[in-house]
Parts: sequence; structure tokens; C-alpha cells
Amino acid sequence: MIRTTPFHERTSVANTTGLWEHWSGYLVAQRYQLSEKFEYFAIRNSAGLFDSSPLYKYRIHGPDTEAFLAGVLARDIRTCPVGHGQYTAWLDDRGFVVEDGVVFRHAVDDYLLTSAEPNFAYFDALLGRQRVTIEDVSEASGVLAIQGPTSREVLSCLAPEVATLPYFGLTSATIGGAPVTVSRTGYTGDLGYEIWAPADRALDVWDAVEAAAAGRGVIPFGTTALYMARIEAGLLLLDVDFDSSRYAWTDAHRSTLVELGLGWMVRDLASDDRSFIGRAALERELRDKTSRWKLTGLVLDWQNYDRHFDAAGLIPPKDHTPIQDEYYVYDDHGSQVGYATSLMYSPMLQRHIALARVPLELSTAGSRVKLELPVNHRYEYFDAAVSRLPLYNPDRRTA
Amino acid sequence: MAKTSGAAAGNGTDPATNLPDRRADGRTYDAIVIGGGHNGLVNGAYLAKSGLKTLILERRHLVGGAAITEELRPGFWFTTFSYALSLLRPDIIHDLELTKHGFMPLLMPSTFAPMENGDYLLLGQDHGENLREIARHDQHDADAYEAYNHDVLRVCRAIKPLLDQVPPDIFSDDPEELVALAALGSRFRTLDKKVLHDAVRLLTGSAADFLDDYFDSEILKGYLASTSIIGTKVGPYSQGSGLVLLYHLLGEHDGEFGAWAFHKQGNGGFTKVLARAAQAFGAEIALESPVERVITRDGRATGVALVDGTEFHAPIVVSALDPRRTFLELVDPRELPTDLVETIERFRFQGTSAKVNFALDGAPRYPALGDRVDQYRGFTNIGPSMEYLERAYDDAKYGWYSKRPYLDCAIQSTIDPDMAPPGKHVMSCFVQYAPYHLRESDWDTEKENLGDTVQATLESFFPGFGDLVLQREIRTPLDIERTVGLSEGNIFAGEFLAPQMFLFRPAPGWSQYRTPIDGYYQCGSGTHPGGCVMGAPGKLAAGQILKDRAKAGARSSSRVAVEV
Repeated sequence: MIRTTPFHERTSVANTTGLWEHWSGYLVAQRYQLSEKFEYFAIRNSAGLFDSSPLYKYRIHGPDTEAFLAGVLARDIRTCPVGHGQYTAWLDDRGFVVEDGVVFRHAVDDYLLTSAEPNFAYFDALLGRQRVTIEDVSEASGVLAIQGPTSREVLSCLAPEVATLPYFGLTSATIGGAPVTVSRTGYTGDLGYEIWAPADRALDVWDAVEAAAAGRGVIPFGTTALYMARIEAGLLLLDVDFDSSRYAWTDAHRSTLVELGLGWMVRDLASDDRSFIGRAALERELRDKTSRWKLTGLVLDWQNYDRHFDAAGLIPPKDHTPIQDEYYVYDDHGSQVGYATSLMYSPMLQRHIALARVPLELSTAGSRVKLELPVNHRYEYFDAAVSRLPLYNPDRRTA
Repeated sequence: MAKTSGAAAGNGTDPATNLPDRRADGRTYDAIVIGGGHNGLVNGAYLAKSGLKTLILERRHLVGGAAITEELRPGFWFTTFSYALSLLRPDIIHDLELTKHGFMPLLMPSTFAPMENGDYLLLGQDHGENLREIARHDQHDADAYEAYNHDVLRVCRAIKPLLDQVPPDIFSDDPEELVALAALGSRFRTLDKKVLHDAVRLLTGSAADFLDDYFDSEILKGYLASTSIIGTKVGPYSQGSGLVLLYHLLGEHDGEFGAWAFHKQGNGGFTKVLARAAQAFGAEIALESPVERVITRDGRATGVALVDGTEFHAPIVVSALDPRRTFLELVDPRELPTDLVETIERFRFQGTSAKVNFALDGAPRYPALGDRVDQYRGFTNIGPSMEYLERAYDDAKYGWYSKRPYLDCAIQSTIDPDMAPPGKHVMSCFVQYAPYHLRESDWDTEKENLGDTVQATLESFFPGFGDLVLQREIRTPLDIERTVGLSEGNIFAGEFLAPQMFLFRPAPGWSQYRTPIDGYYQCGSGTHPGGCVMGAPGKLAAGQILKDRAKAGARSSSRVAVEV
């Protein structure tokens, strides 16, 4: 039996389409009303509500937790002050990415780590004799994201402490009478927050947020609008843009931090004295320049795109629906040199965009590649330019 | 000396005019654009992008012309005149890098057409549901709607390239023009017979004849025929309404023909984006700078004089104003050929549209939909049948405004919540027919009565509407003329009638953005392709200007080379 999230009583009423998706064993709305693009514009123009509850959540605490996390996470947790979070990743000993997630430091020795897939056994096996306890608290809370330019204004009405919360900041607050944690985080690349509420008080939180947002065009959005926003924002999705090294059959399905464009997480490696899993491999990769490719953005040449379809007697489709599937990338000589993992027409950028793996020599912004797309049931080769991520990057993203 | 293609020649003369370069005085430019509406801004931006020192002069205190958004009541933003976006040429978005400057066309996900019997037609983003909704009114019309869309799209695909090119000059012997003409001819020759015939039927016939071929449902035909009358003094049964219908269907939103978007902060938000783009390319924009006349010397333009006497000089002067102002007011008609003056004098303006904008205390209630409000996230079309539209036109034929007007309404705060305070709304109502010339009265007398007529019409569809009205703004054709400067308040800077389009817009032989005065150009909606917030005239005119300049530069530098 598929599970429902703590917000289901509200989301099930709000979802007028009957379209649901199964996410980590939970029912989440694909879209709430007939247009996912309308929901997407709420994220970019006002604000939207998203039920993130199905995330796996691990509370990791005990006196040795900082040392433990410093040894298992690639990004240096010691640089994360109490009351902040970090986007991080964990590697295997060959330097391949196991998974990514956000870790929040609630107290000096009390953390919450989120992940898309179960990781309890993975971390538990690494504990050794350290005085650290890991608890799966996935079901203890409902997570309500409010994302978009007016999210701060709306949420500040309920919890004034939110007004000054910095990017990746964390604060406790009371919303709808419930004790909650609010983080300045999200998965849309926009100004936004996530509210972590006790599961049994989740509905109170939803109601309070909805009331505070009334008349401001704030609507719930489903997974399709979320994927649109995250592709524009260059935020990676497990099993789409990369696979967990734990379950990959071949190295072609594995990626290093640098290859995923996440090398910035270990920018300070020279001054970082940690011995963390994957460090030696990472250093080798950096020293010997063995990265095989880099994940980057692609922007399709719009004139070339239109010409392909015009010549075929078709109206050039500009479909915002995110396609999270592989399309192959070629060089000028017709050799396949990489592949795109996510593709869409971006209404904000007015271009077709993609996330793609390209060889290092083609990974600098402005490099020209070809993307293979079907026209009249045949593949044709479309001009595209490599572009830095995030492709859509408003100032408010990190405000 | 070396060849030069830059703005100023090294010897202190401008290569285009061979006149002394007076750029140092702060009042001399490479190009001056008169009018900061969307076409003036587009034109100025393209000229500046190509390296020309460009000045855009706007009469009013804000840019945008008829595409402006004003806060008439604290927190309530009104799209005073122009109110939605569709025909804007996609290449302008890319060429001028508008997304960097805040370009944001918000989706209008639904269309709501109330009926006089209390029922409605509500179309949205789900194709299957739309067909069911149409079938609810008439079983026959569901797949007929598919067939209609398919046929019309084929015509749109065939016609669309015309929007993005300068019309060929059929009166010219220039080989380049003959080639262009041949290309146009061969393009039409390769069209499918049905597509070509449908195109001609639309371009010359009535919307009603075309729609009657497909549909039985009055509400569906009323809704579809509504775009056949916008801004033009025709009814859906008039020959010529098909052209207006087709013109509007040529618009697109993210590649979807016929779809409209609401720009963030309205069309005023859009023209601000254009202004930022123009400035980023180096164009200067001077507000509150009304132009009195174009200065000419020996048959060529050398600058402009403002009403206050200030003069600015440039070898290129571009008028973004309508043809009447461009040819009969900014320059002395005696400098122009008589046939051109006569053509412009009989160019039909006869504005026929008005705006009534409301600040509302809440969303109107449509009884059949109870407390639902999501139907307002697009246009609300008060034109429940072709007969309703035609009767509205009948009043205008005889010199009066419609007793039951056609209304194209949009509660824009449902799409962009920043347009009104939380829970409140702004509602833009495009009103037709409201002819510029009233029989035995005038608009200063009838203004409030028009507002009452519109409000009464809305009350008949939305009981209790009047109680929601916090403020009402009425903009008659006379107001449009006085405020924006569009002659007779015509929103397209000249009617969409076949003899005023394409090769003949604004006059035969003068459809290529030039004028008989050297260095004086036109780029307003009175030129091809025409009105709507399209930008094509501004863009295409810039192309011509730059082409002429390159030719003049080549001639001038070869002359310099010979002299040396």
C-alpha cells in the first residue's frame, strides 16, 4: 500500500488532476491543476508550496559526530556552524559519488542529514567505535517547502525570525502553533524555505502557511514544476543526472565530484587536514587530471533549432515538459562525446536547455557541441553551446 | 587614409553625410528615434547594438507608448492601454538579450467565455478536457475544433515568415527587389492548394464565413470570432475580419500559435525591459522630450527640434509615430511627393476601441461556477456569439458606441499577484466598439456613459460586480490619441485593412521603412507588419537603416580612398 505524507489531507484536496507520482514509497502530486507551467511560474514569480516529506532524514548525534561526519562527507562539516546547513556528498574510496544530500547542524553534536535514497546501513557501518548515534527520523516530520520570490515575505508574517535567515541558515520557530524548524533551502534555485514540522502537526503548518499566503497567488506545485525549476537551477537528481556508486554495475555509471561539477565542495583541500573517504582518490584525480568528463549546462541555438523543424515542415516545438532521459552529444566530426541527462524548454530563458556530460576539452563555457534530437522520427544534430550552471541564476537564489 | 566603417571618420567628417562631425557637442548622434513606444525602443536598441550612438526621444514621463503600466491607486497597477503579449517576434527576445533584463511572459492558462444564459465555455491547458468542454456545447464541434486548429496552423506556418521580412518593393527595378519578389512568389507557389486557398479566404473574407464552415456552437464561434474584430472597424460578418483573425493567430507564446502571455507587471513591465536592453547597448533615452519637427536640409534629415527649441543632430532620424504624424506633422508635407501625401491623408485610422480598467475589492463571482476563481487566469471573453459581436458593430457603423459591447477582460492580478494588494484585483477590459467619431456628441461628454455601459454589461454576467469596484479608469479613443499620440486612437497606428497592409503599409512604394527624405525613416506600427506589441517594424526598420548606412559608408569610403 502506497504511503501518504503528513500533508496528504490537504494535498489530496488541492490536487484536482488525479495525477500522482510515487516518490520513495509515498504519494506526491505530479501537478495540482491542469497546467504545470502555471505552477512553475508561481515558483519564479510569486511562490509555490511543495511537499518534500518523502525525503530520507537521519538524525546523527553524539559527542563524536563532527569527527564522524568530517570523515565520511566530502565537504568539510567543520566549516558548518550551528544553525546552518550544507549541501554535501559522500564518496566511496575510489572517489565516486555515493549520494548527495543536505546536512543541517542543529547543535554542536546534533545533525540532520537528508538523502533521496536509504543510507542508514551505509553510515551505520562506518560508525566503528565513535560515540555517535544514527536514527532514521524520516517519518517524524513533514517537510513543506515554500519557494519563490515572495516566500520570505509570506513566511516572515508567520515567523519574523525568517526575515533575516541567511542562505542555508536554520532557525526554530512556531508556525500554526507547532514547533518547527525553518531552513533557507530548497530545490528550485530560487529564494525559498523548507519548514520541518512534527508529522502530527503538519496540517496546522500547512493551514497557517496557506492562510498567510492567501490572495498572493501562492499555489501548491507538483513534481513536474519542481523538475523544471531544478533543471534551470542546475540541481542534480539522483538516478537521472548521476547514479549512486554503490549500486552501479560499471564505472560508466559512476561519477566523481569533479565530474559532476561539485569540485567546489572540496575547494580548500590544501588546507583541509581531514582524512575522509575518497580523499586519496580525489587527490589522485586532481593531480593526474583523470576526470573523464564534466557535467555542465547546454543551451541550444534557437535559430538552428527552429531551422531543423521548419525544414522538416514542422512547427518547432517549445515544450517545457522536462525530459529526464538521455540524448547524445556529438562533436563537429560526428563522434559521440557525451550525453545529456535532462532536457527542457525553459520559459524563463526562452531557450531549450539541457544538463549534459561533455569531455573536459569541451567543458568551457561557449564550447560548441551538437545534440541529437528526433525530427520526423529521425535523429538530427542541433547546435548547442556549453554554458555554466546554474543556467537560471537570479540574485535572490542565495539572498 | 584607411577605410572606415565606424560612426565617425578619422578626418572629422561623418561618412554618411560628409558633414563635419559635431558629436562632441553632446547633441549630435548617429541616430535619433522619435517615440519611446515598443517599436521605438526596439529600433533604438538594434541601432545601439550595432554601434550607433543612438538617442530615443519620448514625449511623456515614461517609456512604453501605449504599452505602459501605471499605479493609479496605491498597490493597484493598471495596464492602461495595451494589456497582453503574443505577437512579439522571438528573434527580438534573443537579439536584444531580453531575458537578461527581466523578460518574463507569464502563462495565461485558461480562457473563459461567459454566456448570456448563465452557461459558459471554459478552455484550459488540458487538450482532452477542452474537447469535452466543447462537446458539452455541441457534439459536432469537438473534432471540428481539431480540424480548424490544424487548418489554421498550416496557414499560420505559411504566412509567418512574412512577419519577419521587409516587404519587397514591387515598384522597383532593383535586381535585389526582383529577387525578393520572385522568392515571395515561389513561396506561395509551393504551398499546398488548400493552405493557399484558406490563406486567401482568411486574408480577404469574413471570419464568420470561415468559422461557419467548421462550427455550429454559437459560444465557440463567438469566442473565436472575437479576435477578428480587435482594433478594427469591422464586424465578424464583414469581409476583412478574416485578416484580423489571422493576424492575431500568428502570435505565439513559447512556440504555440495563437497563445497569449501576460508579461510580468504588464506590457509596461515589458517596455521597461526593452528600455533596459536599449540602454545596456548604449542607447540614451530622453523622457519629456516632445519633438516639434524633423530638421531637413537639401532633402535630407539632419536632426530634430524639440517643442522647447532644443535641437539634436543626427544623419539618421527615425519616426516611431504613426504615418499621419510621420509624414504630415513631423515634416513639411511640401517636401514629399503629392501621391504619398494623398495616400497618407486617406489612410484609415478611425480608432474603434476603448479601455475600461477596474480596481476590484475581490474576484467577481460567476454564478454557474460558484466560488471558483481559477477561470480568471486568462482572458474572459464577453462576446458570446457572432451575432452579439455583429450587433455591437452595428452601433459603431452608425456613429455610436455599442450598447452591449464586446469586452476582452483580464483579471491580471490572478496571473501576476504583484499587480494588486493581496485579495484585491485589477481587471483590464478592452472595449469594442467605441468609434473615435461619435455622431452628434463627443467623447468628453460620453466618457462616463461608456464606463457605465461597460460596467452594466459586466454586471449582467457577474451579478454584484458593481459592489466590487473600488476605482474605474476609462480610456476612450480620444484619450488614447491625447495621451499616447496615436491618431484617432487607433491601437494599431492604422487599421488592419487589406489596402493598408504589407506592400501598402503605410503607402505603396514606402513599405520599406524609408521615406522620400534621405536619412528619415519610419518604424512604427503603421509600417509592415503592423500593430500589436510585435516589435517587427522596429526591428525590420533598423535592418534597413543599417543596410543603407553600410552602403553609404562603402560609397563614402571609396570616395575618400579616391580623393586620397
